[in-house]
Amino acid sequence: MIRFSKFNLGALIFGYGFLYVPILYLIVYSFNDSRIIGVWAGFSTRWYAKLFQDDALIRAVLNTFEIAAIVATLAVALGTMAAIVMVRFKRFRGKTLFSGLISAPLVMPEVITGLALLLMFVTLERAIGWPSERGMLTIIIAHITLTMSYVYLVIQARLIDFDKSLEEAAMVLGAKPSTVFFRITLPLIFPSLLAGWLLAFALSLDDVVIASFLAGPGATTLPILVFSSVRTGVTPELNALATIIVGVVSIGILISGLIMHRRASKKIY
Amino acid sequence: MIRQILDHFFEFFWGELCYIGRKLRDKWLVISIPYLWLALFFLFPFLIIFKISFSELQIGIPPFRNVVEWTPDLLLKIRLHFEGYWTVFTDNFYIHAVFSSLKIALFSTMGCLIIGYMIAYSISRVKTSWRMPLLLMIALPFWTSFLIRVYAWMAMLSSKGLINNILLKLHIISNPLQLLDNDGAVCLGIIYCYLPFMVFPIYASLIKINDDFIEAAHDLGCTPWRAFWSITVPLSKQGIIAGIILVFLPSIGEFVIPEILGGPETVTIGRVLWWEFFNNRNWPLASAVAVLMVFLFVVPIMILRNRQLDATEKAAQT
Repeated sequence: MIRFSKFNLGALIFGYGFLYVPILYLIVYSFNDSRIIGVWAGFSTRWYAKLFQDDALIRAVLNTFEIAAIVATLAVALGTMAAIVMVRFKRFRGKTLFSGLISAPLVMPEVITGLALLLMFVTLERAIGWPSERGMLTIIIAHITLTMSYVYLVIQARLIDFDKSLEEAAMVLGAKPSTVFFRITLPLIFPSLLAGWLLAFALSLDDVVIASFLAGPGATTLPILVFSSVRTGVTPELNALATIIVGVVSIGILISGLIMHRRASKKIY
Repeated sequence: MIRQILDHFFEFFWGELCYIGRKLRDKWLVISIPYLWLALFFLFPFLIIFKISFSELQIGIPPFRNVVEWTPDLLLKIRLHFEGYWTVFTDNFYIHAVFSSLKIALFSTMGCLIIGYMIAYSISRVKTSWRMPLLLMIALPFWTSFLIRVYAWMAMLSSKGLINNILLKLHIISNPLQLLDNDGAVCLGIIYCYLPFMVFPIYASLIKINDDFIEAAHDLGCTPWRAFWSITVPLSKQGIIAGIILVFLPSIGEFVIPEILGGPETVTIGRVLWWEFFNNRNWPLASAVAVLMVFLFVVPIMILRNRQLDATEKAAQT
């Protein structure tokens, strides 16, 4: 065994400091009474109170969550199908194109995906009159296209090391293919479906570039709102909002981590 | 009796036929739904920007003229305008944007590689029970909002931010430094946001290295430094390449980080595309920039990556 050296310790302290100091800095200054960041003027929660009175912000938050929930659910359905197609179906016409299409959104710069989808919607609107305006629907479609590739990656990894003998046993015992899928395959890949859902949800919550291209006047999402206020500079309200987001996400990850840990320990015994 | 047998046979046959039919239909359905989705909402949009990139700019809604038009005497008229491409290739502004993006992406990737390798290497050296929590702590900031992480650096680097405050307290500087609104701040932001993409692949390849190799090198009188360079680094090559691709490619097209942390003279391809589209309403030019970016950066790197994946698969098989 090679020893853990002082260099390693130093690298870890530096690395984690680099990752966490900026976030902690935001959190500390969100409780600052002064408007100016960097000048401590006592503890206060007034920026939080101010946030909860902001109607536009609350509406944007609700919009964002609604979009993310719909996107995550549909992306899991489509991503699962894509994973089954790629892993289980040995050969069919157009498989190469399909594998390229499903992995391309992962590496495509967001500005290009956003621009392409927007110009397509504009063209479609002129040609067939749909969609009549840009808003929630166009954002949802764009986000599904982006996130289904991530969901696909998660589920495909699970399907590759899937023990097929369980399905075969059910088939031998006379179960229909659909029964096999819903009673055997689906429950077994469920944890990865959940992981994919959470990933798609988080990605949709976080996206600002694609949403900016596709949002109409009626549908502002939280990232668009945050982005427009970030451009004007650092404000204590934004610090408070950031702290809430970081807090909610951390609690969510802790809970899901605990659930997974418990599941894993149950399996062993 | 015969009728019964025939009935049975027919029933069986019909059942089989239905079963095969259903199976084919199910398979067709499962393939076609995601396929159609991607074709309609990913492939088709690219064909459209490809088309629009050859159209002529006009004032109006939409701000471009159709490439394909029916003339009154039922002739199909196709007019290709190369103006967008011509502008990109001849105007210094765009050439500058490409090189500036490449420069920022290159420096950020190098910074990410150095810091990411240090972290991944150190994590692979701690006790096994400590590794999982440490990796989770790398991933945790990744799950919090991307915008918030960039914004955090804006607060850190601002004239009254943490870094300037510390430097002022230590009397290293007497006036706050201008740390924001330059290329360095953009590189720092990219390194910060993309660090997990570097750490994870490198860690995955480092953890596979057999310690016996390094111990053998030590026993044969190799210095730890030399052992690191001639054994650890070459054996983690796959992870390094994967990490570089995962950081380099998105950072070329990055828009949010240069917009927030960069100054007005930080010109990147992502920002140019955004400006052309939203501010100048030059849709053909924005499309041409997008098309060029796909063909110059995305496609070659995808091909390289696929080759690398194939090579790894072959190496795994033998």
